[in-house]
Amino acid sequence: MTDAATLTKKDFVSDQEVRWCPGCGDYAILTGVQQVFASLGVPKEKFVLISGIGCSSRFPYYLDTYGFHTIHGRAPALATGVKIANPDLDVWVVTGDGDGLSIGGNHLIHAMRRNLNIKVLLFNNRIYGLTKGQYSPTSEPGMKTPSSPFGSLDEPFNPIAVALGAGSTFVARGVDTRLPHLKEILQAAHAHEGFAFVEILQNCVIFNDGAFDHIAGREVRDERMVDLRPGEPLVFGKEGDKGLQFTPDSIEIVEAGEADVWDPTRPVGARAFRICQGSEYEDLPVPVGIFRSVQRPPLEKLIHEQIKQATESMGEGSLESLLAAGETWKVD
Amino acid sequence: MAPASETEKKTDKKERLEEVVIRLAGDSGDGMQLTGNQFTNTSALLGNDLATFPDYPAEIRAPAGSLPGVSGFQVRFSSKDIHTPGDAPDAMVVMNPAAFKTNIDDLKPGGLLIVNTGNFAESDLKKAKYDHNPLEDDTLRERFRVLELNLNQATLDAVEGSGLTSKNALRCKNFLALGILYWIYSRPLDTTEKWIAEKFAKRPDIVQANQMALRAGHKIADNSELLQVQYEVLPADLPEGTYRTVMGNSSLAMGLVAGSNLSGLTLFYGSYPITPASDLLHALSRYKNHGVITFQAEDEICAISSAIGASYAGCIGMTGTSGPGLALKTEALGLAVSTELPLVVVNVQRAGPSTGMPTKTEQADLLFAIFGRNSEAPIPVLAPSTPTDCFSVGIEAVRIAVTYMTPVIVLSDLALANGAEPFRVPDVADLKPFPVSHYKGGGEGDFDPFARDPETLARPWAIPGTPGLEHRIGGLEKSEHAGNVSYDPHNHERMVELREQKVMSIADSYPATEVHGPDSGDLVVLGWGSSYGAIRGAVDRSIAAGKKVAQVHIRNLWPLPNDLKDILSRYKKILVPEMNRGHLAHLLRSEFLLDPVKLSKVQGRPFPTSEIQTRIAELLD
Repeated sequence: MTDAATLTKKDFVSDQEVRWCPGCGDYAILTGVQQVFASLGVPKEKFVLISGIGCSSRFPYYLDTYGFHTIHGRAPALATGVKIANPDLDVWVVTGDGDGLSIGGNHLIHAMRRNLNIKVLLFNNRIYGLTKGQYSPTSEPGMKTPSSPFGSLDEPFNPIAVALGAGSTFVARGVDTRLPHLKEILQAAHAHEGFAFVEILQNCVIFNDGAFDHIAGREVRDERMVDLRPGEPLVFGKEGDKGLQFTPDSIEIVEAGEADVWDPTRPVGARAFRICQGSEYEDLPVPVGIFRSVQRPPLEKLIHEQIKQATESMGEGSLESLLAAGETWKVD
Repeated sequence: MAPASETEKKTDKKERLEEVVIRLAGDSGDGMQLTGNQFTNTSALLGNDLATFPDYPAEIRAPAGSLPGVSGFQVRFSSKDIHTPGDAPDAMVVMNPAAFKTNIDDLKPGGLLIVNTGNFAESDLKKAKYDHNPLEDDTLRERFRVLELNLNQATLDAVEGSGLTSKNALRCKNFLALGILYWIYSRPLDTTEKWIAEKFAKRPDIVQANQMALRAGHKIADNSELLQVQYEVLPADLPEGTYRTVMGNSSLAMGLVAGSNLSGLTLFYGSYPITPASDLLHALSRYKNHGVITFQAEDEICAISSAIGASYAGCIGMTGTSGPGLALKTEALGLAVSTELPLVVVNVQRAGPSTGMPTKTEQADLLFAIFGRNSEAPIPVLAPSTPTDCFSVGIEAVRIAVTYMTPVIVLSDLALANGAEPFRVPDVADLKPFPVSHYKGGGEGDFDPFARDPETLARPWAIPGTPGLEHRIGGLEKSEHAGNVSYDPHNHERMVELREQKVMSIADSYPATEVHGPDSGDLVVLGWGSSYGAIRGAVDRSIAAGKKVAQVHIRNLWPLPNDLKDILSRYKKILVPEMNRGHLAHLLRSEFLLDPVKLSKVQGRPFPTSEIQTRIAELLD
């Protein structure tokens, strides 16, 4: 047994050779996850990483925990069974924009509404990497790819809006190039008792390099991103001099001192919806951080409580009681 | 109407019959299934052997009185051991012209027809596409004993004073019909009266009205001039024991719970509603006090995926579906094969392809179950043969899944799922436990998740939460022993062979295949699944007629039993009746180079015994 208190990042490094492209954003995320896992005080054997198919889904091989590399889009479905079967496990799903929002979209939204206490990390690089560069459900309209040589005509999903709409009780966004911030979000996701959805903007160096440069590039990011910190004002800008204020039908840029304080625990979540819907190409900064964090009992807990109650009221079942139930008669 | 005590008794003696087949046919809203089940339960408690065949439309309420809306229920009850719901009914209750039209040709010549004339107005006839009243046809009375009764009016009269609206009062007419049948076949009313009282406990007025209708039917029959004789069917000479009635789905659900209990594992059942498998989900979701976890998934894929996840975490994962649902599950089945996790998948077959006829039976998923996956993905396949056999197949499926670390497919079908028969409650001491313990480590060197048991070739089942055994599995090909991702060509071939060998070795654990009838002879009838009863009846009648005919009915469809080829080869001819175009026959050719005669039926309904008997006779001419 490992002593959870003394775990380090090294304990979470598996003996498998990491096979992502050099420069891939996944490396940073892997490091972040390994560091966070070591810090959580959870015994190593309790972690289960479950993934689907795609570049991001190779993730479990590189962590020395329990891992299940499943089939395309089905990771949340597998994870549902794992978590219900053993609620003690610390279950994390790693998926991508194609895996999680296209082929697996149905499982993702239903896992969200059920509020299983699992953590889903969706690496959004806005492209299909492993199948060599087709447009994905988060690709920008007009994007030219092998399957859209004249430009993609699809309207993309906004993963945060999907998660808010589907009832995810914890919704957050991080960026592969801002590791300390990402780690804080992962820790908050873990602390949340319920479904936690974390979108991670992630760069694909081969098929969609620089997809987030206009938001997360070193030169622009202070001006182009705003961090949603619970209980803190919505302030951004290199000098921290700008703020955001909600008006009845819009969001205005104001002086930092007049910025609204961010509260992700509001049950309605209208502000979270509003702030996640802004265009990346207009003046308003793109939000990262925690959009929503509300409490609702997780499904696996309710299931086991119901079983416990039924057993208390009906008496514990046995083979005898199973077989002899209902109306019986004797033949002598 | 005079009280019963004042009417003169028509007969002192009851005529004894060995067995009777009755059919109830009416509109989907007429409560025919409920009435049939009541007759069945009452007969079961009287000690008859019995078999039922409910036949209903997919629409919950097709247009009232229309031909597609007809719902039927056939029950055969006997003082002898029987195996099928019977071919032609001896008596039939027909509630409207549509039921008359779709059923009358099945009634035995000279049989009793009870017809509700209250539903034979011109508008009713039109709904059944009649331009005349078929009851006015004089030849009808030459062919059958016809009891014409306005059940609607009789019901309204019977329940007068119960306070029900006439619309609600009319809904009691099925109990009136049941009362008539109870008089004819000398069945007591108390079981049904008790059931009515419990079922409608919250509506005393409905309890009263239904019970009044039931008693009124009994009295009407007693007063009827046409009904001069009461019949009785004595209890069957069943083996000693405690009995209850089961249907295939409820029996299978019990078997799955028993299997998980005997293995010591928690049962996780993930499922998506689909006819005719939903009753499994309904039954299992009531077994919460047995620790059973049920999960209604968003689709068929999540249903099986969640079950695989549960097995990975240490439960025995199960899922149930019907044909189209199995199609959706095939990719995940491949994952279970590749990761070598235990899993039980039930397919309650229905008529296809595509949506097909969801409430009609068929056996046409056999080759799909055995071979229907991408690449080499062998899976053992079992099929129960009777509603009671579903129980032991449920246990056997769990045993195979956990012993060999493999997914298992159980092929039930609609006729089994909804068919009822008496079930001799087994002695718990006779059910052999097969306790499973998850691997806890302790071997030498590094943990190899794909090391194998030398006997069963099963890999160790190490579950998350076990310290020191952290490992990764997945759908990518893995190296022998260590289980790391591997693209090595020889390793892939070796792993394909190992997975195949493991599944094929399951046949070594089967008991010897049973032969009913002579050990060798002119003809053997080989079957599987729900056609068991019809084949048994046909073979018994052929043997009684002096023919050298035997029956072999197999439970294990894949891998096939090791002794099957030798047994079949001892007969001059092999006949394979199947509710498909010849799946098992195809396997006999491809696996054994045997050349069977096919008897194919794909009409959405089971074989009549007579059809198989006729084919046997033809082949032996």
